[in-house]
Amino acid sequence: MTTSANGLPRWADIGLLPLINVTLALGAAGLIVAAIGENPLNAIRIMVAGALGGPEGIGYTLYYATNFVFAGLAVAVAFHAGLFNIGGEGQAYIGGLGVGLAMLALDRHLPFAALFPLGLVLSMAFGAAWAFVPAYLQAHRGSHVVITTIMFNFLAAALMVYLLVNVFIAPGSMTPESRKFADAAALPMVHDLLAAIGITMPFTPLNLSLGVALLACVAVWGFLWHTPWGYEIRVVGQSEKAAVYAGIRPKRVIVAAMCLSGALAGLIGLNEIMGVHHRLFLNFVAGAGFTGIAVSLMGRNHPFGIVLAALLFGAIQQGGAELSFDVPNITREMVVVIQGLMILFSGALAYMARPLLEGLFALRGEARA
Amino acid sequence: MSELYVILLLTLDATLRVATPLILCAMAGLFSERSGIIDIGLEGKMLAAAFVAAAVAAVTQSAWIALGAAILASCTLALIHGFACISQRGDQVVSGVAINILASGLTIVLGVAWFQRGGQTPPLPPEARFMPIELPGAKAAVGIPALGPFYEEVVSGHNLLVYLALALVPLTHWIVGRTRFGLRLRAVGENPQAVDTAGISVALLRYRAVLICGALSGIAGTYLSIAQNAAFSREMSAGQGYIALAAMIFGKWRPWPAFGACLLFGALDAVAIRIQGVKFEGLGEIPVQFIQALPYALTVILLAGFIGKAIAPKAIGVPYSKDRK
Repeated sequence: MTTSANGLPRWADIGLLPLINVTLALGAAGLIVAAIGENPLNAIRIMVAGALGGPEGIGYTLYYATNFVFAGLAVAVAFHAGLFNIGGEGQAYIGGLGVGLAMLALDRHLPFAALFPLGLVLSMAFGAAWAFVPAYLQAHRGSHVVITTIMFNFLAAALMVYLLVNVFIAPGSMTPESRKFADAAALPMVHDLLAAIGITMPFTPLNLSLGVALLACVAVWGFLWHTPWGYEIRVVGQSEKAAVYAGIRPKRVIVAAMCLSGALAGLIGLNEIMGVHHRLFLNFVAGAGFTGIAVSLMGRNHPFGIVLAALLFGAIQQGGAELSFDVPNITREMVVVIQGLMILFSGALAYMARPLLEGLFALRGEARA
Repeated sequence: MSELYVILLLTLDATLRVATPLILCAMAGLFSERSGIIDIGLEGKMLAAAFVAAAVAAVTQSAWIALGAAILASCTLALIHGFACISQRGDQVVSGVAINILASGLTIVLGVAWFQRGGQTPPLPPEARFMPIELPGAKAAVGIPALGPFYEEVVSGHNLLVYLALALVPLTHWIVGRTRFGLRLRAVGENPQAVDTAGISVALLRYRAVLICGALSGIAGTYLSIAQNAAFSREMSAGQGYIALAAMIFGKWRPWPAFGACLLFGALDAVAIRIQGVKFEGLGEIPVQFIQALPYALTVILLAGFIGKAIAPKAIGVPYSKDRK
């Protein structure tokens, strides 16, 4: 059996340890539910039923998971280059701006076949552009990318408020929203697609972006582990010095990795703007960029793990919405609490349980010997 | 007295009020980061403290008990951060993000469950808050030209926490720069091995720094909900913890320059409110969002090395372990 450096079998390191962390986080969330006088087991039952107990719940779960896959991949790609991109929120916001700009300009002139690739490319290009400045400053001026990406989140928010209030606001509208796009600029919804082949499914926001997300997973996996560029990113992430000796130019790799990360985050804009809402409005990212940190941490920065973690977080998001419907005393923000706890336990405290596990496995080893 | 002077005084007064939580948080972050622990959780600690202060004040009707409880809450989060970063050697940025997200959700969940006001806490009467204090002679001084109105409008008439924040700047300067604890604090942020070799516990020093940071962000949160305002409202910290972080970096991790940055960012905020809708000759209307975005933009420009060089403590973000690797 292969064992990792710390004396744990590999399955325990990548399977058991994350599971323990998730359990700890959910346990802590349960304590909070109990503290406000509700039954935690009942809450979990409602959440599971709400997220997975029918086609509607599953549709919503997958719709949320779509965003989380993009956000998780974005964090993971940067992480493989040794960078922490907490600017996913802003990059997704600006990615959505790119989609919105194109659709507002061309939705009445071009067919869907042209608008879809345009939205895809622009969401990625705008997201990448928003990551480029922090990336360039990190690579060439040594400005810490964590701080600059935080600043760029706020800059994106200010820019979007300005644009929506002053530029894109639909004529005669009081709320800062753009006009609705023409139908040609809407991604096909999954329930419509299923209806076409005779399967009825209730309305959910799930759309073609899910397919894009799955393709993105495969592409990122192939890119990181099966291309020279992916290899360069991983080498730079391991050791910049080693990379230089191997003839890799870390500065270029850092900029490239961050831009790719921004592009992936930008795809959240595709899902929200072209996929679901068909207009530009404020705060459509709604924290998905930050959830990506939790998703990536829990998925161990691997696309396959990210899909699993995104499904979990999608289910929590949808289950939490149902929970707040059924139990008025618990608000939707319980989801945010669970996300915070997940980041704490599977990120910052990821190895808390490791000494205990190592002890247990050592004992088992002795017993066998 | 000219109208312009009155506007100047009012803007300065507003600047001080807006800058107070920034100053408290920037000094908080300074203690933590000079010891080598990155703290992007200032926002979360301040938000949690603001909620606890307002909740406790609503129940006990005492501003002082509220302040104590808020500091306690903020220190608890600081200890979680410390445990993750110092004892568990976890990622400091991840831990900070977790604390921010946790505080953002928890304040609303608990607020709704306890007070049933959609996340608000009940409005507080003056007795349960920190109210403005009129300094001696303020009314009498109004007659003195120029200086009198300045004293009356800008210096006098703030609540206790504003003066506390102002006093904290020279105090921080003295503690960090002139005391034995401060020397060790700086050393542990630059070269923890050396501190360890000298027989001083790196972990203990960093825990103390993180706790001071917790206490100060607790005061900042208290200011938001029971001094500046009369209740807690959801997300009321509204990114000020991040602005304070930016101010601390803008001040290059030093107390006085950080204080200056807080005043600058506070002034931008005060001016943004004042010029809303005002048309300037040749420029037209300046968008509020532009001025609101300036602190972030300026910080990026500074970090890019265009306004001097911001050099962080050398060991920042690196968990300390006794083993050589």
